[in-house]
Amino acid sequence: MSESSNKRDLPGDVSETRSLLISGDYIAGRDLATVVYLALHMGRPMLLEGEAGVGKTEIAKVLAATLGRDLIRLQCFEGLDLASAVYEWNYPRQMVAIRIAEVEGHTGDIGKNLYSREFLTERPLLSALEEHPNGPPVLLIDEIDRADEPFEAFLLELLSDFQISIPELGTIKAKEPPIVVITSNRTREVHDALRRRCLYHWVDYPSQETESRIVALKAPDIADELRDQLVAFIHKLREQDLFKRPGVAEVIDWANALTQLDVVTLTPEVLDDTLGSLLKYQDDIAKLRGSEAARLLAEIQAAA
Amino acid sequence: MSAGNASREADSGRLADNILMFCRTLRNAGLPIGPGRVLDAMAAVRCAGIDRRDDFYWALRAVLVNDPAQFRLFDQAFHVYFRNPRLLKRMMSLLLPTLEMDSLSAPAEAPIRRLREAMSGTSSGRADEEQGTEIGIDQSGSWSRREVLRHKDFEEMSLEEQSEADELLRAEILAIANVATRRYRFHPYGNRFDLRRSMRLMLKNSGQLIELVRKRRLMNPRPLVLICDISGSMSRYSRVFLYFAHVMTSRQHRVHTFVFGTRLTNITRRLADKDIDRALAAVSADVKDWDGGTRIAECLERFNVDWGRRVLAQSGIVILLSDGLERDSKADLGFQMQRLRRSCRQLIWLNPMLRYSQFEPRAMGIRTMLPHVDLFLPAHNIESLGQLSRLLQQDTDSGRASRPLAAFQATQ
Repeated sequence: MSESSNKRDLPGDVSETRSLLISGDYIAGRDLATVVYLALHMGRPMLLEGEAGVGKTEIAKVLAATLGRDLIRLQCFEGLDLASAVYEWNYPRQMVAIRIAEVEGHTGDIGKNLYSREFLTERPLLSALEEHPNGPPVLLIDEIDRADEPFEAFLLELLSDFQISIPELGTIKAKEPPIVVITSNRTREVHDALRRRCLYHWVDYPSQETESRIVALKAPDIADELRDQLVAFIHKLREQDLFKRPGVAEVIDWANALTQLDVVTLTPEVLDDTLGSLLKYQDDIAKLRGSEAARLLAEIQAAA
Repeated sequence: MSAGNASREADSGRLADNILMFCRTLRNAGLPIGPGRVLDAMAAVRCAGIDRRDDFYWALRAVLVNDPAQFRLFDQAFHVYFRNPRLLKRMMSLLLPTLEMDSLSAPAEAPIRRLREAMSGTSSGRADEEQGTEIGIDQSGSWSRREVLRHKDFEEMSLEEQSEADELLRAEILAIANVATRRYRFHPYGNRFDLRRSMRLMLKNSGQLIELVRKRRLMNPRPLVLICDISGSMSRYSRVFLYFAHVMTSRQHRVHTFVFGTRLTNITRRLADKDIDRALAAVSADVKDWDGGTRIAECLERFNVDWGRRVLAQSGIVILLSDGLERDSKADLGFQMQRLRRSCRQLIWLNPMLRYSQFEPRAMGIRTMLPHVDLFLPAHNIESLGQLSRLLQQDTDSGRASRPLAAFQATQ
């Protein structure tokens, strides 16, 4: 856990939010900054949907880092249940406690003691409600579409009232609500009841200049000229009819790959060789390899 | 009410009759209203009084309706009955075999078909009762008639036969086979121990004895995606298929339905309406390309790109209803079919053309699509849809038929 002096106050308006994110190396559009600002001040969870690799998860990480909060991450998967997401009773310890009580001969009040906090194992969602030295933590519920519908039901109480009811123990409520970020790749539709409780934002591909700034920030070794060329090519590529269009993460990968290969300028040969770091489906690669990539390249060179 | 006691008595007697008749009509229209509910309705009206029309309305609705899907039916029935007493009187005296909708001013919207039938049906129902003995003969005849109906092509059915066929079809549709989820639920012979429950139970027995409680995997039906061709050549079959889709939607979750002619429309939310008539009305309002041409390849591409990854994540089954007559010859139909097949567990193609015993996949579209489907089945009568339903119930764990085209040709 980091020092409590790291903790920073919440940004005062949208512009401040934006510069806060930039200070964490995250370049956000005005739209995203507004949603983040609202979520921080209204104490509402944000639901971020978008294609894979557009920087949804990154927002939570950057928020935690720049605000000096702890990041609690829950990666979702099918069958994620109460015991691994919220809390679990520590059965072996309970058994031992019973045994001891038997030996010592005071089994009468064992029922009361057995369900106390000391026998409770906290999982991410519960620990997000606890008091943290750095202030309310950032709770990242990543790829909620990978969990099945019953899991969403666990979340409803948490997201609307920031509390969790444990039948044996009672209700645990957060003193200060955590900052909740939920991401989804939309491989399944998230239920309306969950959407209702969140501020929704569709994280889209960035504009050409924003993306150029992102690449400059994340792959600083790349030459300016090559970077502009590369970003222009990506934007042409995204207009194509592809099964999976390359995300920002792939673009950064590609920029790093080109730097590693000491490429100075884009040529059709370089494109063919490195297409695999941009496109991850064979159909898309086959479609683009050769003449099609060369054509796109010629187009952006003509435009430049 | 300012009238004297005597007239009040008489009035309430008539009112009770009216409420009874009203309930009977609603029952005929399909609402589950038994004698108990009728008595409740009368009690409710007695409580709420009939001084105000809206009190009367809400009192009846509170008792007689227990599902939002029934609101509109109730509303229309109420207005027909209690705004136009003359009509009611005429109906009670059985002088009116069918409803004269023109004489009504109340419902501006078209009345629900079921309600119309329920109202006109009261007279024919009586007639049957009077003819006593003949009913038996009718019913014995109806068995073989049903058998005929089961094998009758949807295209050759009359309107009455169609609605009867809907009922038959509903009985044919079975729940889809379950798959194991990653969740557990209490079960007496389960193969795992439920420690939390065991611990609680032990405390109840004041820690004296440990009784292990078992649990086992929860089973859930697979997701189902229905894609229905609504072009002109398919109209009769697509109607029945939408009925099928509606029944499936109301019986299990994770059913997604799409229709396409020249473009793809997701109608899942529309079909979620429990009332079939309203659901289908909403669908037809939504969909603009009924009875037009088909562009299968383009619509499948839209499905693959926009929806495939959103609705097929948990290894769903795709059922495609289409005659496979693609108008657009240069489209990459084979490629799209291949992609669709790869993203689902099983791809079933229903083709009503299979009803012809000498059917051969000659048309270009059909030849392109056939190698990519796992099952190729007919869908022209109730029997064939029932067969499909039985197939879905026994999870075909054997997976995919390796070469459906060859398998199909072998059976010919």
